[in-house]
Amino acid sequence: MDHVLQLVYLLAAVSFMVGLKMLSRPDSARRGNAIAAIGMTLAIFATIFLFRGQDGSHLGNLPYIFIALVVGSAIGYLMAKRVQMTAMPQMVSFFNGMGGACAAMISLIEYGHLSHAAESGDAALFQTKIPIILAGLVIGAVSFSGSMVAYGKLEGKLKDLSVRGQQFVNMSFLLGILLLSVLFALGSLDGVWFYLILGLSLVYGLLFVFPIGGADMPVVISLLNSFTGVAAACGGFLYDNYVMLIGGILVGSAGTILTVAMCKAMNRSLTNVLVGNFGGGGASGVGSAGVEGTTKEISLSDAAVLMKYAKKVVIVPGYGLAVAQAQHVCHEIETLLEDEGVEVKYAIHPVAGRMPGHMNVLLAESNVSYDKLVEMEDINPEFKSTDVVLVVGANDVVNPAAKTDPSSPIFGMPILDVEDSRNIIVLKRSMKAGYAGIENALFYEPQTFMLFGDAKDSLTRLVSEIKSN
Amino acid sequence: MGILEFIHQHIEMIYLIILMVFVGIELISHVPSVLHTPLMSGANAIHGVVIIGAIIVMGQAEGALALILGFIAVVLGTLNVVGGFVVTDRMLEMFKKKK
Repeated sequence: MDHVLQLVYLLAAVSFMVGLKMLSRPDSARRGNAIAAIGMTLAIFATIFLFRGQDGSHLGNLPYIFIALVVGSAIGYLMAKRVQMTAMPQMVSFFNGMGGACAAMISLIEYGHLSHAAESGDAALFQTKIPIILAGLVIGAVSFSGSMVAYGKLEGKLKDLSVRGQQFVNMSFLLGILLLSVLFALGSLDGVWFYLILGLSLVYGLLFVFPIGGADMPVVISLLNSFTGVAAACGGFLYDNYVMLIGGILVGSAGTILTVAMCKAMNRSLTNVLVGNFGGGGASGVGSAGVEGTTKEISLSDAAVLMKYAKKVVIVPGYGLAVAQAQHVCHEIETLLEDEGVEVKYAIHPVAGRMPGHMNVLLAESNVSYDKLVEMEDINPEFKSTDVVLVVGANDVVNPAAKTDPSSPIFGMPILDVEDSRNIIVLKRSMKAGYAGIENALFYEPQTFMLFGDAKDSLTRLVSEIKSN
Repeated sequence: MGILEFIHQHIEMIYLIILMVFVGIELISHVPSVLHTPLMSGANAIHGVVIIGAIIVMGQAEGALALILGFIAVVLGTLNVVGGFVVTDRMLEMFKKKK
């Protein structure tokens, strides 16, 4: 390969590492993303113009390659620019699926080349490459179909679905794919089995994600993200291409750590998320025992007065805020109250919303200052001195059952200790249970008041109440 | 031709993989949870590097079928790269320092 090409690949690989490092600090994150993007662009154009095949010839089909690049860039750019901030998680999942599909297709095409080579007698080459091709195919395909299901679920187009004995079915699929792949790599299966393995992998991706509940989707997306990383690294093996290998493995390992960190925030193991069926159909009704009593509703004007004359208000945002697109009006309430001399903070639970950091992104969009967003460990001791907690569309992250009821599916998950505060106002659409499908004893506490309705609607009316009072 | 032979042929890459696993863990381990989503999204864009494989495949394609499949692969890979970086940038744009 060309020396210049190698140099560019080296630069690109370094840009990925530096970029990821910078992405992990708030003040440098944006530049980090840009650096990685520049590295990627360089690597892409260097490949197009400088790459030489084994026979020393440059790449052909350049006009078509450019058309494909332009088409992909235009669609990707428009989608990324137009997507609502609330739909960010599913957008990431979608793009992840595209990467997985790309990896699977590379394997598909390379297999075509290989079987040609094998027919003309080059069996040794077949033997060396086929395990890598299979790995890229299976992992890429699972990542693709899994990501598409995750995307569909978060978009609300697909429902949770699990059949009896699903875990057994999934296990059989996985073992079947592994077994067939090994047999195929050993050369004891016909060519048609290759496509069968592809089909099975696609189905496995569906089966894998379908039973997992909405609340666990971020974990799944993060996991599939690292899958795609590994699939990309397979491409690196295939072409002896170090930049693909480095980029893929970096994402594979970083993604796995991120997945584990997310599970930790929910105090659950990864196996528990994948097998536990938490939040799926099976969990409904569990833990509802022992929650009795009546809830109290609060009128808008009472709620407004309560907040306006408080010293300290803490807002707890949840997925309901994202669904209702209520982040801007939430910020409006915050500034109104601050003008009245009230201290306002946001309590951010690590898994509030559909992705870790989901709430931060949303609130940052509506210009909420960064230092008002307080993480769980730091805000929890403060609830004792808080006059009013405003819960906006959050449920499981403020459910005291996580601390008190060992039979609850969320038992052991760290929660925001909102019940320590003097008054709690809960904005909620209905008395329906949260994503974990369990009752929340918080709503029956003596200091809790319910304000039913769409979060954005309720907040807007609260704003005008605060203004007029 | 066994596993040993495979390891022998790819020994440098295997060293590299092990190193990169540790680098990846190290890079990610001290991230504030605020940045989890952008980081996941940024990492998502970086694995779009798979597009290089798609470009090579397409550039070497002979015959219509391989060309068409390669074309689709490049489009999908570009979606991953461009969409990934742009979405991440949009998320991070909001983290700009205020007053």
